Amino acid sequence: MQGIVRNGVRIDDSFAEAFPMAATGLIVTAPTRKWANQAAATATGYATSVIGCDCEAGVDAELSEDETPDGRPGVRLLFFAFSAKGAEKALVNRVGQCILTCPGTALYSAFDGDLKIKVGDSMRQFGDKWQTSKAIDGRRFWRVPVMDGEFFVEGQVGVLKKCVGGGNLLVMGADWESTMRATEAGVNAIHAVPDAIMPFPGGIVRSGSKVGSQYKGMSASTNDAYCPTLKGVTKTALEPDIGCTLEIVIDGLTDDAVRQAMRAGLKAIIDLGPEKGAKRVGAGNYGGKLGPFHYHLKDLLP
Amino acid sequence: MKPFTFTLRQEPPQRVDLSALTPDRLAGKSLAEIEKIEIGTTRASAKVGDLFKLAEGDLKSVRYDGGSARFDRVGAKLLPGFSIHVDGDVGLELGRLAKGGVITVTGGAGAYAASGNEGAHIEIKGDAGEMLAGPLAGELAGMSGGRVVVRGKVGARAGDRLRRGILIIEGDAGDDLGARFIAGTIIALGQTSGRVGYLNKRGSIILAKRPELLPTYVDCGAHVFTFAGLFARALKADSAGAAALLSQKLHRYGGDTAVFGKGEILTPA
Repeated sequence: MQGIVRNGVRIDDSFAEAFPMAATGLIVTAPTRKWANQAAATATGYATSVIGCDCEAGVDAELSEDETPDGRPGVRLLFFAFSAKGAEKALVNRVGQCILTCPGTALYSAFDGDLKIKVGDSMRQFGDKWQTSKAIDGRRFWRVPVMDGEFFVEGQVGVLKKCVGGGNLLVMGADWESTMRATEAGVNAIHAVPDAIMPFPGGIVRSGSKVGSQYKGMSASTNDAYCPTLKGVTKTALEPDIGCTLEIVIDGLTDDAVRQAMRAGLKAIIDLGPEKGAKRVGAGNYGGKLGPFHYHLKDLLP
Repeated sequence: MKPFTFTLRQEPPQRVDLSALTPDRLAGKSLAEIEKIEIGTTRASAKVGDLFKLAEGDLKSVRYDGGSARFDRVGAKLLPGFSIHVDGDVGLELGRLAKGGVITVTGGAGAYAASGNEGAHIEIKGDAGEMLAGPLAGELAGMSGGRVVVRGKVGARAGDRLRRGILIIEGDAGDDLGARFIAGTIIALGQTSGRVGYLNKRGSIILAKRPELLPTYVDCGAHVFTFAGLFARALKADSAGAAALLSQKLHRYGGDTAVFGKGEILTPA
């Protein structure tokens, strides 16, 4: 396969193709770091791909006591959906199930956004008329009495309409261990990039998909061209020295956030080198038919 | 740019109504036209030019060099984005029905300061009179937004019928603080007296010193309130004392159970 080589790692002359999404951001705080992280993990669980679930979500950043509105440890979560309406539905369900219920938590909007969706304003009725509101600096909050004190939640949360879903890197190596080492290095580097999340488990997807299936009713199926065990029997994209492929998928609040995230991930993977890490990096696209955002790997090289 | 400045020539001979001198109402007027504005409240004429020496400047901010307890309705109906600074005292109804903006007074203010304020940030470095942020006779609600900080003490019935917004009193408060309170937040760092929170529907009264409470307030125990943490941060720039008070564990007394009982008085636990 033709391509560019950096530090011994082959870079495909290819591009990642991403599509527009609506995104909303939440800041969740709790009395301790443990419970802030617990709320984050629960609320963003089963939120990997909008193809199969209500939204794509992940932790954007852990926030220190100085960075949160109420002076407690917190996390900044991002939720991506196809529309603002979809984001609202997913958010109300997830906040009601996972944050209202989680001990000690409070919830704030992370940004103003293009429009607002109701979160606390729909959640307040849990207070059974014992809830009271507090307004400060133009923002309205609800104090909902719960069994460990009060659930403090912002009435409305901002939604950004023009965000990006589906930035990606395909990391290919000799075996599972070395490929995973490279992919984890990429994921760690991307964690430091603001306004971008990786919604899949630990930031990594092993089941990259292609459009369509040989079965009726399946809209997506395994990306056989990148499956190492089918190298001999299918039209493969893998060379003989590749034994494993893992993918990093990135959603970002802006085009630039996705670009910076891919750049950071690519650099970390290249820095690790082909002996300990990946031998080749590619990107997933559908020939330009999926969405308007294209991220060419050759433009992102260190 | 320098503020538009009114320098007081001498103590006005009568009460004056300064509601005509807010930035939006002065816009587009020449100095000569402004000097002719009638501000007297008696039959004896009093014009701006008789009382003040004018210095042109940016109309986004108006400054009074020298104040008087006869200055009524300073900053009335002030709009967002504008500011008024008074170096001295003001009279009645400071910032009455102001929709936004910033008003600072280095001296004291008379009765009905911030009456019906809808969104202005008002700071009074001295004392304030009775009915701070309250309604005028016949009105159903007092202040409905904004933030008022009084560094000194305030008269009776501060926060009467307060509907929304935040009132911070760093000194002592007169009788019946937060009477007929509808909603919002009142913070008092000094002594309080009388029927504090009488007929409070769903407002929060946060007191540094616990007074004798009405029998219609009931003990709800001591708690750490998340909202208080948020308020502590948001109010720190205005009042370090209020921020410190809100950062503590607070004892909650629910009431006034003579009405909804959804309001509260919070004091350090």
